[in-house]
Amino acid sequence: MATDAALTTIDPTEVVQADGELATIGVAAASPPEKDVPSSLRRVATEDVYAVAGSLVGSFGLVWVVFSYVLPLSGVVGFVLCWDVAFLAMYAGVTAHSHPRPVVVSRVMAAVIVGLAVLVGFVLLTVVVYVVAHGFDAVRHLNFFTQSASAGSMTGTFAQGGIYNALVGSLIQVGIAIAIALPLGIGTAVFMTETRGWFVRVVRTVVEAMTAVPDLLAGLFIYVVFVLPFHGNYPWGHKNGIAVSLALAVAGTPIVARSAEVALRVVPGGLREAGLALGASHWQTVRQIVLPTGRPGLATALILAVARMIGESAPLLIVSGFTTFFNGNPLNAQPMISLPLYVYETLRSGQPAEITRGFGAAVVLLFIVFILFAATRVLARQRVSGR
Amino acid sequence: MSAIEEIGQASEEVARASLVSSPKLTTEITGAPLDAVKVSAWFGTNRVLSRVSLSMPPGIVTALIGPSGCGKSTFLRVLNRMHELVPSAKLAGQVKLGGQDIYAAGQRITETRKRIGMVFQKPNPFPTMSIAENVTAGLKLVGIKLSRSDREQLIERSLTRAGLWIEVRDRLRDPGGALSGGQQQRLCIARALAVDPMVLLMDEPCSALDPTSTRRIEDTIQEIKDEVTVVIVTHNMQQAARVSEQCAFFLAQQGTPGVIVEAGRTEKIFNSPDDPRTEDYVNGRFG
Amino acid sequence: MAASADAPDVLDSLDEPISPQATNPLGDRVFHVVVRGIAGVVLVIFGSIGVFLAYQSIPTFRRYGLSFLTQSQWNPELNKVGISSTLLGTLEVAIVALVVAFPIALATALFISEYAPLQVKGLLVALVDLMAAVPSVIYGAWGFFLLMPHASLSSRWISEYFGWIPLFKVNTDPAAAIWAQSRFVNSAFIAGLCVSMMVIPITCSVMRGVFAEAPLGEREASYALGSTKWGMIRTVVLPFGRGGIIGGTMLGLGRALGETIAVLFIISLTFNVNFHILQNGTSTISALIANDFGESTSAQLAALLTAGLVLFLMTLGVNTIAAVFITRSRSGAATEI
Repeated sequence: MATDAALTTIDPTEVVQADGELATIGVAAASPPEKDVPSSLRRVATEDVYAVAGSLVGSFGLVWVVFSYVLPLSGVVGFVLCWDVAFLAMYAGVTAHSHPRPVVVSRVMAAVIVGLAVLVGFVLLTVVVYVVAHGFDAVRHLNFFTQSASAGSMTGTFAQGGIYNALVGSLIQVGIAIAIALPLGIGTAVFMTETRGWFVRVVRTVVEAMTAVPDLLAGLFIYVVFVLPFHGNYPWGHKNGIAVSLALAVAGTPIVARSAEVALRVVPGGLREAGLALGASHWQTVRQIVLPTGRPGLATALILAVARMIGESAPLLIVSGFTTFFNGNPLNAQPMISLPLYVYETLRSGQPAEITRGFGAAVVLLFIVFILFAATRVLARQRVSGR
Repeated sequence: MSAIEEIGQASEEVARASLVSSPKLTTEITGAPLDAVKVSAWFGTNRVLSRVSLSMPPGIVTALIGPSGCGKSTFLRVLNRMHELVPSAKLAGQVKLGGQDIYAAGQRITETRKRIGMVFQKPNPFPTMSIAENVTAGLKLVGIKLSRSDREQLIERSLTRAGLWIEVRDRLRDPGGALSGGQQQRLCIARALAVDPMVLLMDEPCSALDPTSTRRIEDTIQEIKDEVTVVIVTHNMQQAARVSEQCAFFLAQQGTPGVIVEAGRTEKIFNSPDDPRTEDYVNGRFG
Repeated sequence: MAASADAPDVLDSLDEPISPQATNPLGDRVFHVVVRGIAGVVLVIFGSIGVFLAYQSIPTFRRYGLSFLTQSQWNPELNKVGISSTLLGTLEVAIVALVVAFPIALATALFISEYAPLQVKGLLVALVDLMAAVPSVIYGAWGFFLLMPHASLSSRWISEYFGWIPLFKVNTDPAAAIWAQSRFVNSAFIAGLCVSMMVIPITCSVMRGVFAEAPLGEREASYALGSTKWGMIRTVVLPFGRGGIIGGTMLGLGRALGETIAVLFIISLTFNVNFHILQNGTSTISALIANDFGESTSAQLAALLTAGLVLFLMTLGVNTIAAVFITRSRSGAATEI
């Protein structure tokens, strides 16, 4: 062995071992230099893939046998649970063969985490699929969207009757509620971000506390303060559209205020300073710089509030009446039905046809929420690229 | 007068005297003189500036140098009444623009800020406005409307003064945030110049920029200094030496408020300063 | 010349600091007044809710006394009005929901922030938010029609093998040939499972937000020492996110306490102090209020409002604890709840 680290060229293929024998070292032969080929560093070892796949299949078979023939257990849920446990045990065992303990723990935990996440996704999927599947029969009729429930009967065909009254009712109620909650919420948010002092802290504490209030209590509040005392005398003395709008506004304002505050807080302080340094007044700076810069965030806050209000059901139980008839006037004494309450009442009715209609309305509700959500994603992407 | 007031007056006279012999005063100048007279500043009970007096004549670039944390930026913000944005801010002394104290009762703060403009350390063009709109933002904010041709002229003139016109003339409609850092800062300078201020305060305008942009901005400063009194805070001494005719060295020793240790012509401050602390600083012995 | 080098104390006393009184333009003064007014209106509205609920509790306590809190029956005709069983039911449902939701939310949050491929991360975050936006009627309907039959099987299995723990005992023979399914449905357990679907997205999104803020430097240090992924998570991400984990859980608890519709779908309203969560029959405060608010006498209504006050105070307390944990922790500064 060449001991001096000099530049003596050693024949790389032969070396004298300690026991005097000649040994051949495999040396990466100097092959003709090829072009650089980048290889991905994130390769998954094939044996790891086999470990997972094998454990999955093996545990499945094991549990199947145990379930069917050995123990008197039943039920899909139970099966899946046992399969999962068996899979983890098997996977742990297989990995332990060739890897040290921390790696085994890490792999098993990864399997647990991925498994639970997949579970949530799966359950969410069942929710959507179940609702769509059971509402499909009602939704595929066009009259579902153009006729009110009064046009159909509880046991009749789906070719008659629909949720037109509920749709319009939801639209009107949420529209009025937003018209109240938006200025109040954004005004409060502007107050919280542009002013300083002890009053700001009080307001912020109260707003945060109010986002926690269960929406049921908002409905109860409106019922007891407006509907009952003024019963029959004023527009808000009935369980009608305006009462619902007020309840929704009470439930929604803190949410609008808080998300708007977040949207405005993100506007860099340097922009405000620049505006002031140019000689603008505070209001001019807010109106022409802060608010426009925060517009995407404010729009997102608005859309999310609308999505929540449309699905709001608890206050409806208290301040909303149920009707199958169409009522387009929120101020009259007649009840105004909206989507969530319609879903609740029909699904509780016990009549199969009504239940299907209820699921149909639920599908529409889901769809609306989904569309609104997609709108916020589009807005978010615009905000990122527009900057 | 008391001994202390004599000393105070003497330091003012020193600051002014060093410029009387400056040849620069003979060229045509349209800026206005800005004088700080015994300015002290507090944040609550914490005093951060102690009786700072400085004359900033027009036609000259005044550089405020010194280590970080000695009150240079606070002093600058006192000059255009941005200091009082902090609720606990307090002040003593006078700041005179063209002879008139801007802190006198009845002086409108928005007017003052229009006459004394500011460029900040971090470029902050308004992201929802285009380049052209950014330039005229100062006018739009206060509701001044211009005819279309006047507006276009103003945009071109401001961008030219800021040294940015040639680069953006074809994309005035692009958003203000789409420029590089150095271009953004020049846009901010154009925006500040568009309202036609008498004084331009610059708070470390190049510290976030690359050397090329820095040079461009230093060229811009040289070009505008006849029309606008320029006061620049920098803790890059080489920049101060390049750019300014007058320097004020700020220092705040441990626990004491910031003061001007020495002020005078830049050559003197850098080559033969009177105070040993100044000499230590400009020679890089602390910083 | 350094004038300030002399006697700073003497000089200090010579100056009289003034707070500059800025003469604000008229527009600004109007702006400040208007904005302050709006905030004041909002404050009044929300303050009055709490005040109002508290105000109504006076006649209730005057009439029913402290037994309001200890009485388990809700029977206005017999003048027996109390919320002890209802309160217990509320807690049972909420705790079941939390016990189920916590590991799932934690795992999902870790999955999104640590394991998910980069391209789908945004999508997954949006999905979690979407899950939170799904109206509770829909979860309630799903819970009643789909979950309940299957979950009752699990209830039966649990009571069969773990029924020796009193919590899981059900008053029936689960091993009977024809088992009484009706005794396993409409229970606090199943209601809790359904409510957990609403708790999971809230808790998950707070936790995920916090995990995403765990500093890269510490993560790299962990890997550089040779730790595995899980080891890194255990030593860096989880301790950093402790505030968000607890805060998110508290927020979820608040949601679970106040959930109405899903609970109404599932439970059958009974007023026994029932520790058997697998067994049918329970009540929660929100279900009670929703069911009984049509009461005509003002005394009964006041009693319901008092129950509402108890609920309000519980959710308020829980959310305040959540806010404290989230903001006081290391991760708090970056979190928006």
